[in-house]
Amino acid sequence: MITFENVTKILGQKTVLDGIDVEIKDGETFVIVGASGAGKSVMLKNIVRLLTPDDGRVMIDGDCISEASANELETIREKFGVLFQSGALLAWMSIGENVALPLREKTDMDETEIVDRAREKLALVGLEDSFHKLPSEISGGMVKRAALARAIVRNPRIVLYDEPTSGLDPVTARTIDSLIEQMRRELAVTSVVVTHDLHSALAIGTRIAMLHSGRIIELSTPDAFIRSAEPIVKGFLESQYITKRGSWEGATK
Amino acid sequence: MFTCGIKSLGVITVVALFSGMIMALQTGIEMMRFHLEENIGTAVMVSMLREMGPFMTGLILAASVGSAIAAQVGTMVVSEEISALETMSIDPVRFLVMPRLIAMAIMTPILSFYTCVTGVIGGGIVGVTQLGVPWWTYFDNSTLFATTKDLYVGLFKAFLFGIIIVIVACHEGFSASQGAVGVGIATRRSVIASFLAILIVGYFVTKICYI
Repeated sequence: MITFENVTKILGQKTVLDGIDVEIKDGETFVIVGASGAGKSVMLKNIVRLLTPDDGRVMIDGDCISEASANELETIREKFGVLFQSGALLAWMSIGENVALPLREKTDMDETEIVDRAREKLALVGLEDSFHKLPSEISGGMVKRAALARAIVRNPRIVLYDEPTSGLDPVTARTIDSLIEQMRRELAVTSVVVTHDLHSALAIGTRIAMLHSGRIIELSTPDAFIRSAEPIVKGFLESQYITKRGSWEGATK
Repeated sequence: MFTCGIKSLGVITVVALFSGMIMALQTGIEMMRFHLEENIGTAVMVSMLREMGPFMTGLILAASVGSAIAAQVGTMVVSEEISALETMSIDPVRFLVMPRLIAMAIMTPILSFYTCVTGVIGGGIVGVTQLGVPWWTYFDNSTLFATTKDLYVGLFKAFLFGIIIVIVACHEGFSASQGAVGVGIATRRSVIASFLAILIVGYFVTKICYI
């Protein structure tokens, strides 16, 4: 379980997170939505301590990652896989080497096991033929799928996704959504997804949180989210042509 | 090591050869007035071993390899690759800095020695073709005043310069922010800071070793 306890984060002069209190349960797909600059990625980075709260703390299964020592941090981070917005694959390594990297660096597995595991995860995301290609030789959608394979190669219990579908065509975006849903269904992975894409959020989320001005102004299931009475949520839904019936009303107006 | 060493050989060869030639020509013209041009080999050898060899090698590597390291690390920072390494519990310093540090610590003294040899050969070419000094006289005199201490101090300087270049470049790269602009700034600052550090450290090593 991931717990935010009164987490505040200030960047420059701006309070990006303002006393966030939320619990993310094991096995759920928790989606964080909100406008640009609302603090979604900052919230995600606090979970894995790429940023540290200025006040409050983040707990992972009862361990405080915000105040963990270097050794404790390494142990806690073993529970995570992270998919970054850009994919963040190392440019000079092949796709296979990128996926195998966490295994080579952090496990005692022999080379055969490492290659087999990397191929297995690449097959899961449909990239078994790209093992020897460089990141520059494949499309943006394939980079994200390869990055997802790297994120899950050590079978993490928690996977964090930062804008997994941004910049992708709708078909590839739905493929990524399917993979995230597959992680939850088949591997019981806890997922935290930051996205602008409400269609994706409604499709994969077990709960959706909307961030606005550093606070969570709506936290509900997808069904309840599209029926929210909160004006900011309604505006956000309407901006993507989503109504209470889940139709595409605005698109035809 | 391939990037630090072999890929830098071309530019180092040209710079070292012509530096030796210029040094021999400028010094030789003055020495000819006193009929001392036969000693040109000594001047070139001592200058190259003590100062010019490690100094030129350091500057070339700072401009080529150091800037490349700063740009690569800076790009990795702004494209979240460093963050990705951290979330995988892979220490970016051990993973990225140490291999480059070891490569440069080994290759810079080797390249510095190569620079010295090439520079002395360049000086010899000028000595023979422009100043009328026979080859055997040039090389005989070139070893007359040069000592093994000159060689060791020069190699030690080069070793220090290699370490300085990597530390400065990685520091600037890790400090990069604001996308491509930040990477450009980090690269420029890396080259400037390395140049200054090489000059200052070079002076103090000379002072400590020779005074």
